[in-house]
Amino acid sequence: MSSIWEYANPKKFIETVDKVLPFVSVLAAIGLVAGLIWGFFFTPDDYRQGSTVKIIYLHVPSALMAINAWLMMLVASLVWLIRRHHVSALAARAAAPVGAVMTIIALLTGAIWGQPMWGTWWAWDPRLTSFLILFLFYLGYIALWSAIENDDTAADLTSVLCIVGSVFAVLSRYAVNFWNQGLHQGASLSLDKEENVADVFYFPLLVSIGGFILLFLALVLLRTRTEIRARRMRALLIRERMS
Amino acid sequence: MMPELGKYAGAVLSSYGLSLALLIALIWYSLWRSRRVAKSLKDVEDRVKNG
Amino acid sequence: MIALLIRDIRLAVRAGGGFGLGLAFFLIVVVLVPFAVGPETTLLSRIAPGILWIGALLACLLSLDRIFALDREDGSLDLLASAPLPMEGIVTVKALAHWITTGLPLVVAAPVLAVLLSLPEAGFLWLVLSLLIGTPALSVIGTFGAALTVGIKRGGLLLSLLVLPLYVPTLIFGAEVARRGAEGLEVDTPLFLLGAITLFSVALLPFASAAVLRMNLR
Repeated sequence: MSSIWEYANPKKFIETVDKVLPFVSVLAAIGLVAGLIWGFFFTPDDYRQGSTVKIIYLHVPSALMAINAWLMMLVASLVWLIRRHHVSALAARAAAPVGAVMTIIALLTGAIWGQPMWGTWWAWDPRLTSFLILFLFYLGYIALWSAIENDDTAADLTSVLCIVGSVFAVLSRYAVNFWNQGLHQGASLSLDKEENVADVFYFPLLVSIGGFILLFLALVLLRTRTEIRARRMRALLIRERMS
Repeated sequence: MMPELGKYAGAVLSSYGLSLALLIALIWYSLWRSRRVAKSLKDVEDRVKNG
Repeated sequence: MIALLIRDIRLAVRAGGGFGLGLAFFLIVVVLVPFAVGPETTLLSRIAPGILWIGALLACLLSLDRIFALDREDGSLDLLASAPLPMEGIVTVKALAHWITTGLPLVVAAPVLAVLLSLPEAGFLWLVLSLLIGTPALSVIGTFGAALTVGIKRGGLLLSLLVLPLYVPTLIFGAEVARRGAEGLEVDTPLFLLGAITLFSVALLPFASAAVLRMNLR
């Protein structure tokens, strides 16, 4: 294992995925099942929120992954633009729908939690609004990928869109904050113990977050492998038509 | 076995139900597409080799 | 560069260039709103700044796909790309031409349409000022979107999907200036931030647009 860039070779990447994917999938399944079952069955109700506190085992991990997926796409886009590794561009493409689904889950669980707690399904709270905007960015990114036929051009354009989108997503975040100070609670996972959620909720939440991260990893590996194969197939078909 | 969810049972159960449904749909779709692409790539490769 | 600017403006003003379309669209949006929400002046004057900003933004969006599409069809975009002008310059001129033919008329029309929505008198100055500062950002961001989708047939809908989320910060600060102005509140902070967004977009986005255009013309 001389360098991480070895995995940028599509063949090598596929071989590695074939080897690693089963383990990651099993670990992801264990993490998710353990975290969610622990959270759902074996944690007490919160004295203010009642049993709705159980929703955080879905809400917080999916929200984290929604943002981290975009960050991963940003890094992959930069790698593609700088080093021109196809695997990198295809990994960004593979991650986008996963991130979009995570965003939907975060929004949905947030809405369902907000209904009894805040008395409304939807409030134009800064964090909710930012997530909605993030979802729109995901939609645009996915749509641009599927609209362009040439693979390399599509990779180039979506990479630039991802970078510009990241900048504007951050700007929107601050703009939205300015526009409406919200009712969201502060960071529930910060190191600041005062703000933190209690330990009973904290540990199953960590397990669940681990499960979501592994699930994301497994899905991205699987989907990147698919994209590599799809790309190779398109290349073969074009070559066939030319000759 | 089932924990006492109180008056918020609907909210908790529906959020778990919806989220798991979405995740399963995503996983299922990814697996399905993976299999389909792998198969058609194999077809094309065979054709290129033999043709 | 100036020749290119003049050419673009001339093309846009010419019949069929779509010069009046944006304005007409803006007018129609503003006329339709009272039909939808009712004719009460109190309600209308309260939502007027937001409606005018949304109207201007959508009118801006409407003419974006013309920035490069026509030049692409008749091949003059390829000619421009091989001209001694840097691509960044071309993109900036295109954005400027779009602003002069779309943004500026909207700014001028806004106070007239504001009367229809009975905007409070104090708000006129701030509405015009916020649009004047904000619309250049709309044009520059829109040019980036147009450059992204130039190679796609019937990319209009995709263009809207890509550009609208990018418009969020501009819209928030612009409409906030207009709203606070109309209510007689302090407007310095959002006005300053709106200016910052515009300067930031004008300074940096042409590089992204030029890069994207080069990728598309390869």
